[in-house]
Amino acid sequence: MRKISHVLSGALLAVGIAGGLAGGAARADDLVFMSTQLRPVEEAQKVRDVILKDFAGHVNFVVDQPQQLLVRFRAEQQGGSHTISLVGALHGELEPLASGNFLMPVDDLAAQLSGRGILPKLMTLGRFGGEHQMYIPWMQASYIMVANKQALPFLPAGADINKLTYDQLAAWGKAIQDKTGKRLLGFPAGPQGLMHRFFEGYLYPSFTGGVVTTFRSPDAVSMWTQFRGLWKYVNPNSTSYGFMQEPLLSGDVWIAFDHEARMLDALRKRPDDFVAFPPPAGPHGAGFMPVIAGLAISLDAPDAAGAKALIEYLLRPETQILTARSTSFLPVLKVGLPADLDPGLRMAADAIQQAQAAPDAIASVLPIGLGDKSGEFDKVFLDTFQLIVLRGAKPEDALAREAAQLQQVLDQTQAPCWSPDPSSQGACKVK
Amino acid sequence: MQTTRHIPYLLIAPSVVFLALLIGWPLVQTVALAFWSDGAWSIGNFRRIADDLNFNDAIINTFKVVVVVVPLQLAVALGMAMMLRHIRFGRDIVLWIWSIPLGISDLAAGLVWLAILNDRGYLNTILYNIGLISGPESWLTYETPAALWAAIVLAELWRATAIVLVILVAGIQVLPKEYGEAADVFGATPWQRFLRVTLPLLKPSIQSAVMLRTVLALEMFAIVLSLGGRNFPVLVSEAFNWQYTNQDYGAAAAYAVIVMLVSLFATLLYLRVLRVPQEQR
Repeated sequence: MRKISHVLSGALLAVGIAGGLAGGAARADDLVFMSTQLRPVEEAQKVRDVILKDFAGHVNFVVDQPQQLLVRFRAEQQGGSHTISLVGALHGELEPLASGNFLMPVDDLAAQLSGRGILPKLMTLGRFGGEHQMYIPWMQASYIMVANKQALPFLPAGADINKLTYDQLAAWGKAIQDKTGKRLLGFPAGPQGLMHRFFEGYLYPSFTGGVVTTFRSPDAVSMWTQFRGLWKYVNPNSTSYGFMQEPLLSGDVWIAFDHEARMLDALRKRPDDFVAFPPPAGPHGAGFMPVIAGLAISLDAPDAAGAKALIEYLLRPETQILTARSTSFLPVLKVGLPADLDPGLRMAADAIQQAQAAPDAIASVLPIGLGDKSGEFDKVFLDTFQLIVLRGAKPEDALAREAAQLQQVLDQTQAPCWSPDPSSQGACKVK
Repeated sequence: MQTTRHIPYLLIAPSVVFLALLIGWPLVQTVALAFWSDGAWSIGNFRRIADDLNFNDAIINTFKVVVVVVPLQLAVALGMAMMLRHIRFGRDIVLWIWSIPLGISDLAAGLVWLAILNDRGYLNTILYNIGLISGPESWLTYETPAALWAAIVLAELWRATAIVLVILVAGIQVLPKEYGEAADVFGATPWQRFLRVTLPLLKPSIQSAVMLRTVLALEMFAIVLSLGGRNFPVLVSEAFNWQYTNQDYGAAAAYAVIVMLVSLFATLLYLRVLRVPQEQR
């Protein structure tokens, strides 16, 4: 038995050493700032070396996949050891944390920061429709279109690139294919892509005026039929694309829809070769979906005071501009962007600004109240796409099938409708 | 004598405890998770995944690869092992080179093949340079399911034939030479000798090799994911999607249970079909 205990203690020692090494230079009393945003190595390093440089405390900035966030919080709660003080994540990722009672209300902080000029619309989102402020807006972004300048001569006659319709986009893709023989439209429909946001925030609102209530409406049927027609001009590798900047830079795609941050590399590297413009409009208007990242404090934060100080620091105007310069997100404060901002980011910011200000803009928010069912909500849209567009199913049949799935998710979560759907009493209903 | 009888048990105790804690317990939990849905014991999770549009594809795709890859790998590895027998100089170096793919992670192997087979990959570059194609040709999209399947089979073949080879080489090394020599004396052709002498003697090794390979092939994931993405769902990639993308742990556990049952069934089948006689064990 003594030998066994030796072996065991040896193993424990080895684990301990490995654990210590993995922690790197971080110290035990550092404030742990966990983020699902700014994950790429260069961006994370900029957060550590540039953005957090002038903050008084010691911060350990760690990043993880969005899917891991809830898993990690649950694990820490079950294990009883709490390490995370501050969380930086998207609105939709913070929502399950708030509904799972993992977050500390930050009403006092919201009052303290009221003079900073945080956009009121964004601040309201941080309450998740409830009484308490659960997060403070941190950064914002949205979805845009980017086109290679080589595609511009093929624009249909009379089309204004900044007020494009889906019909014109299809005609544009067709003209390019007729001339070059290649399908050069692109969408991020791969496993890492954000295609579901295109359906939830752009296609559905533009064609039906809603998302959930109009899911299987006659408008939705004609929308899918039309989108299937447009897909004929889309590069078939689209079902593998994650970040559209890569096919844009390689020339495999000339016109792309994606999250602004996921195309910024193309705009930054070759600003003279690309143009950015707002996503197209449909019969009901132009869908527009802002992306909000927020800062929230863990309910069991080892250092809640430090986390509050850090939020205050990150929302100073100069830090916000520094964040925009170092990353691909835009400020949540009403601050003018500096004149020497890099041209790529400025193009993206202008396109977002145009989309936001369009007279026919239909603003959507990311799904609210779905908790850990938001993945299944997205799946409904991706499955519908797969059935109708990729497998050629009859739109009515596919929509009937998927509407049942969608209703099940909404019934399970009892989530009321969110914009652009009209607000509802009780669970949102597919009509 | 009393104490020595306990020694073997004492020696295997740590591994038994280790496996029970780190494999046995999670296994029990997974099975429980798979049969627990909406607050009651039920097959709800299985019904849920069976209702999903990728379920049939995942099963068909998995088998479409396994039933081709495992026999092919066995044939190729047998051929390689036989050739290796006749190499006198540099045998170790050849064996070493052949086992290089074993040392590469699945994901890295998938990315290597992606670099070869994507639109701007090495394959298209070569085909373009010898004038067979006029521009980038897609091989891995939903529009080219046959090419995608072939690419995955090829990548799996490259990646995991070495493990079969290593097991077979180890088996061949301990085969007694006398049987082969006796066959020669009776005038057997090399082909007869291989079929009637070597192959039957090698059965225990073949059994272990195909068992291991089949179970691993049923679990294929990283290579398929990097080459096929959403275009080629398999059982484990669907389990992964339900766990992480859809965050439905019960459905993911149901997939895990299906993979386990299929593996178990395959193993029992091999034990039965490739039964090794008592005297050969």
